[in-house]
Amino acid sequence: MKVSFKLNGEDVTVDVEPNEILLDTLRLKLGIKSVKRGCERAECGACTVLLNGSPVYSCTLLTVQIDGKEVRTLEGIQDTPEVKALVSKFVEAGAVQCGFCTPGFIVTAYAMIKKGVEPTSENIKKALEGNICRCTGYKKIIDAVTKAIESVK
Amino acid sequence: MFYRIPKFNYYRASTLDEALDLVSSLNDFKVLAGGTDLVIDLKVRRYTVKNVVDISRIKELDYIADDGDRVRIGALTKLQSIADSPIIREKVPVLADAVREMASWQIRNIATIGGNLCNASPAADTAPPLYVLNATLRLVSKEGEREVPIAEFFLGPRKTALRSKELLKEIVIPHEPGCGASFLKLGRRNSFTLSVVAVATLVKVVENKFADVRIALNSVAPTPVRARKAEEYLKGKEVSLDNITEAAKLVLHDISPISDVRASAEYRKDMSVVLTRDSLIKSLERIGIKV
Repeated sequence: MKVSFKLNGEDVTVDVEPNEILLDTLRLKLGIKSVKRGCERAECGACTVLLNGSPVYSCTLLTVQIDGKEVRTLEGIQDTPEVKALVSKFVEAGAVQCGFCTPGFIVTAYAMIKKGVEPTSENIKKALEGNICRCTGYKKIIDAVTKAIESVK
Repeated sequence: MFYRIPKFNYYRASTLDEALDLVSSLNDFKVLAGGTDLVIDLKVRRYTVKNVVDISRIKELDYIADDGDRVRIGALTKLQSIADSPIIREKVPVLADAVREMASWQIRNIATIGGNLCNASPAADTAPPLYVLNATLRLVSKEGEREVPIAEFFLGPRKTALRSKELLKEIVIPHEPGCGASFLKLGRRNSFTLSVVAVATLVKVVENKFADVRIALNSVAPTPVRARKAEEYLKGKEVSLDNITEAAKLVLHDISPISDVRASAEYRKDMSVVLTRDSLIKSLERIGIKV
C-alpha cells in the first residue's frame, strides 16, 4: 500500500507491504543510512528516529503506522545548533568509538534538548536509557551531552 | 535482516466504531495499539496471524480525564503521556512511578496502557498499581459495554477476559484521598528492564492502625496477583515495622514464581518479601508515617 509521510521536511510516498518495518523503508528504499540496524527488537536504540518530534525505534514500527506523520532522522537535524554541539562534544569527550550507536544517541539527546528536559545527570541517563553503547561505558556520552547542553544554552 | 515478519492483511480503524466493525467481522486477527510488543511478537513468531487491525489512530481513546472522584485513562494513551501527566502525578502517583520505570523513552512514546494490559504479560508493570487502586476496565463491543475489575481481567499469560469481538476502551481509577501508595520494581539492571518482580502497595491508616491494605505483585505468578493473606494479616493491626515484616512473609502464600531467564523462583520469592516490606514502608511514608 502507499504510505505518505514527511521525511526530514520533505513529502515522500513509498509503496510498502504491511509487514515492512520503518527501518527497512528508511535504509533500503529511501537511502537513510544514519538509522542503524542493531538488535531489530526494540532493545538497542541504534535505529532511533524522531516521530512527530519524539524518539522512537524504527525497527518495531510498521511503515504503515507512520502514514501521514513526520519522521526526522539524523540527516534532517544535522545542521541544527543542538546537533552541531552534540557532535563536537562527543568528539571532544571521546564519546565515539566504533560509532555504530552514535546516531541513535545524538537523535535521542537532540529530542531531550528540544523538549526542554532539565539537564541533570539523572535526567540525561533516563532519557538515554533506551540507547546501548558497547564501547564507551556511557560516562563519556553523558559528559558529552551535558557539555553540549551547556554550550547551546 | 535477522527477522522477517510473515505477511498479513492490514486494516486501519480511525474511529472506535470502525474498529468494532473490524474486530466483529474478522477472524484470526491481532489488534495493534502501539505495536511495541506485537511487532516483535510477529517477528519472533509468537503469533502468526492473517490480519492485523491497527487501532493506533483512534484519537477518541487517547485521553486522561479527571472526574474528581475518579480518573479515566483512554486505552490508547501512551505510556509517556501517563508518566508526564500532572493529573496522574497528583491523583495516582503510584501509576506514574510504575510507568516511568517501564521500557525506554522510545518505547513509552509509542506503547499504550491498553496494549500493556491486553498483551497480558505476567510482567505487565501497569498491573500492580492498577490492582491496588481497584481500577475497573471498560470493555466495549458492538453489543454494548461492560466493566471488569482489573483483578478479574487477567486469566493467564497472554490471556484476558476480553472476548474476541471486544476492545478495551478505558481504565477507570477511583480516587481515594488519604491513601498512600508506592511501587517498587526489581529488574536485572536499573533501567530499561523487565521486572524480576514488581510490587505495588496501598495503605490507609486510621488511629495508627491499618484501615486498608492492598498488595499486588507481578512476574511471580501466571498473572499479576493480589497478596490477600498478607493484606488480611495487616488489616486492623497497629502500624509497626514488626507487623509489616511479618505480613510481607505471607506474600509467599499468594505467589507461585517460576525460574526463567530473568531469575530463579527462589530469588523471586525472597525478593517478593523484601520488596513488599519496603513498598509498605514507602507507602506509609507517603502519608507522613515513619516506622
